[in-house]
Amino acid sequence: MATAEPWQTAEVPGPKKAFVIAKADVAAKMINKAKRPVLIVGSKAVEIDFGDKKLIDYIIELAKKGKIPVVATAHMVNEFLKRDYKPKGWMPAVDISNRLTDPEWKGLDGKGQYDLALFVGLPYYMEWTILSGLKHFAPNLKTITLDNTYQPHASWSFPNTKVKDWAENLKVIIDNLGGE
Amino acid sequence: MNRKNVRVKIDELKTDVGLFKNLELSIGKVTEEKWAEPMGPTPFPSVTALRNWDMKLLQRYKPFYMPFCDLCCLCTYGKCDLTGNKRGACGIDMAGQQSRIVLLACCIGAATHIGHARHLVEYLIEKYGRNYPLDVGGLNIQVEAPVTRLVCGVKPETLGDLEEVLDYTETQVTHLLSATHTGQEGNNLDFESKAFHAGMVDQVGMEVADIAQIAAYNLPKADPEAPLVDLGCGTINVEKPVILCIGHNVVPSVGIIDYLKANGLDSEIEVCGLCCSAHDATRYYKRAKIVGPISWQLRFIRSGFPDVVVLDEQCIRIDTYDEAQKVKAPVIAASEKNCVGLPNRTNDPPDEIVKDLVSGKTPGVLILDPEKVGEVATKVAVQIAPLRKKFKTLPEIDEIIQKSKGCRQCDDCRRACPQDLHIPEAIKAASQGDLTKLADLYELCIGCGRCEEACPIDLMIHSFIVKAGEKQLKQETYKIRCGRGAIQDVEIRNVGSPIVFGEIPGVVAVVGCANYPKGGEEVAEICKEFANRRFIVVTSGCAAMSAAMTKDDEGKTPYELYTGEFTAGGIVNVGSCVSNAHIAGAAIKIANIFAKRNLRANYEEIADYIHTRVGAVGLAWGAYSQKAASIAAGFWRLGVPVIVGPHGSKYRRMLLGRADKEEDWYVLDARTGEKVYVGPAPEHLFYAAETKEEAMVMIAKLCMRPNDTTKGRAIKLTHYIDLHKRLFGTMPEDIHLFVRTVADIPVTMKDEIIKILEKKKWKETVIPDPTLLPRLVRKRKE
Repeated sequence: MATAEPWQTAEVPGPKKAFVIAKADVAAKMINKAKRPVLIVGSKAVEIDFGDKKLIDYIIELAKKGKIPVVATAHMVNEFLKRDYKPKGWMPAVDISNRLTDPEWKGLDGKGQYDLALFVGLPYYMEWTILSGLKHFAPNLKTITLDNTYQPHASWSFPNTKVKDWAENLKVIIDNLGGE
Repeated sequence: MNRKNVRVKIDELKTDVGLFKNLELSIGKVTEEKWAEPMGPTPFPSVTALRNWDMKLLQRYKPFYMPFCDLCCLCTYGKCDLTGNKRGACGIDMAGQQSRIVLLACCIGAATHIGHARHLVEYLIEKYGRNYPLDVGGLNIQVEAPVTRLVCGVKPETLGDLEEVLDYTETQVTHLLSATHTGQEGNNLDFESKAFHAGMVDQVGMEVADIAQIAAYNLPKADPEAPLVDLGCGTINVEKPVILCIGHNVVPSVGIIDYLKANGLDSEIEVCGLCCSAHDATRYYKRAKIVGPISWQLRFIRSGFPDVVVLDEQCIRIDTYDEAQKVKAPVIAASEKNCVGLPNRTNDPPDEIVKDLVSGKTPGVLILDPEKVGEVATKVAVQIAPLRKKFKTLPEIDEIIQKSKGCRQCDDCRRACPQDLHIPEAIKAASQGDLTKLADLYELCIGCGRCEEACPIDLMIHSFIVKAGEKQLKQETYKIRCGRGAIQDVEIRNVGSPIVFGEIPGVVAVVGCANYPKGGEEVAEICKEFANRRFIVVTSGCAAMSAAMTKDDEGKTPYELYTGEFTAGGIVNVGSCVSNAHIAGAAIKIANIFAKRNLRANYEEIADYIHTRVGAVGLAWGAYSQKAASIAAGFWRLGVPVIVGPHGSKYRRMLLGRADKEEDWYVLDARTGEKVYVGPAPEHLFYAAETKEEAMVMIAKLCMRPNDTTKGRAIKLTHYIDLHKRLFGTMPEDIHLFVRTVADIPVTMKDEIIKILEKKKWKETVIPDPTLLPRLVRKRKE
């Protein structure tokens, strides 16, 4: 059952809530539309196992296909390097988020602030608070969570989705990325 | 001499001037000055006295707000939607509101410690007298009460001297709390400065509480070899009557222990505790036992072990009374702050109360007399133990299997779990007879019980987990060195130089509560890692307990393996939450004893010294409470960075430096007045780490200070790089920000680092005599 309720029952949002991504290809379109997207990947990405692959493996595929720079939070850089993928940057989750609220920040490549931040794999409650910070203090940034849990503070979020469907959604996004 | 309310009344006085009748002279206080040190600039600082210092820190470490609620609902104009930094009906914006809540939390925390201190001091004065001396370390401590000296500019020598200190702290908390009223303060940075002030007075309150109890109860006095005591459910002899004390005020526990001793019952009855009362009980009586951190409350009670539950104050589960009733254990509430709705029987004869509790006529009482608590608790335990027969509410295995079959797999338990534990899967496995998945949750569960509240078919999920983990519970037998209290002056002399010059790579204070993201084992692992690296590891509170709950191959716990001395490689338990003041005190004493900086009411200079020279970091890996917030705030104002675990993001604001903004990282060279770039050292003042690995790398990094000698910096860099390589799998990308001269580079990594420096177009800089305060510049540039 896909519902647009916060995954942690008590983590209710205020009046402004994330739009629900009903179809994964819509997420891909939004990513494609972004001029400067960035992908922030948290520690759960290596814990979530879809059977054939782990979440991090899908994320690497997604980053490569969409040519999206990755920021690895926590100790995740190690997991990326083990998979022969070097993230564009690594820093604490609160650090990258803090930078995203600064209109003067030049980004990881020195070319300017990002217009879309994709989040995946942070502990639910930590992503919740961080997305709240961005909702309130980064007015020019859009945020999308690629997790399978509804994050009310994102601009766009999937509803609470079963793991199997999550993997399907990620595949759809990967298939629909790029193309120009 | 320090007296309050001295009154002299003279009926008739004949003098050369004339005749006076009914002359009455009232003096608020008589002070006899015994302290030769000159008074510094900020004795008993007002709310704004240190505002400039706070703003210096807040300019560098700007708040990053992560609102935990989009609304304000504090007044009847509201609720107001503050989304996107909109203003509410009173005009407050989101940044202001978040910082206001931070201040509120810090006020609650500070008031809790100060209220505790006030009760303690009043009680001890009544018992031991106002002139009772404050001996906290004998000849080993000349600088006792460093926090109070620093903040207030007074040198308390007796219990009575602490009263004016508490008067001050209470006044400040009242002012601070008043600032949160609608339509008072509204600027977020001013709220933050006030939160720092709350943290500072909290540190004073904690120090008062701990030195009063150390002196009056003769707790270990700065003793590096304080006794090793028992910790863990398995250490408690449940064949005996068991008295369980929960909370953060040792006075009722002392009443119990004294009664046991006076009546020769000390070997007949087990006295154990949860949370800080347990720490302090073991400091008073080494046969007392610590059950474990806060998260052990439900599991211990439901296991049926306690025959009587004594509640004092702070961090006690609100439903303890209900839980205790279920296992037929009478409850004695012993604090006016936590009356539990129970009848006040303070003035009734003890035997009458005992009779009512044992017969079940009343399941709980309020007794506001610690000696009477001692007598009643003991007599009830003796009489009720054979009747209760350790009645427990944990289900049998068969019952778990049967009841689990009714689970609808609705996920409500998991969605209520703060840890997002995979409870439905464990229940499904249990329904098929496999309890291993439930047992696996035992270590990760923080014991909140929200899963049970959420379950639509009322499964006692927490009890299922505890039952499945019962074997582990019973095998919990550890040793912890009981809280030693303050750090000796001689220890400070020995380590002052290597800390300030960086040769001891850092002081890591592992403190706080037990809201851990992945169990307490991570805390023990972090402590051992840094002790092995020859950092000084200091512990307190629930974290000090978690640090004990691991064993090596020979069955030794960390406190048995590492020295309790405040020295490189030590794991030093200072004691309960209020003992945190000694950690701040150690940093302050480094500035005073080693560097000979004046201490008296000289807060800004000492904080500047600590911030730029003392490589200390706090880690509150499981911080949950408002007290933890105010404790952290006390360290922020001293310029000491604090790391919290991921749940700490719910404190809703971080204080983050920006390593990429070069202009933020200049200090003044006190020798020349020149501005010198020193790199982001330390990079953050308050920050939530996502994983243990991240926290470990950051601890090493946050220990760097501008004052490090080249040798010291090379040692610190070695640890930072080594941990980064091991846990992150690569070299740090910011290494060039921390190398000031080629001599800073660790010899073994020279070639590798030189290449990075060249790539980053690194430039050599100088090592200053660092300060953020222009008034400390000795020679101004022409």
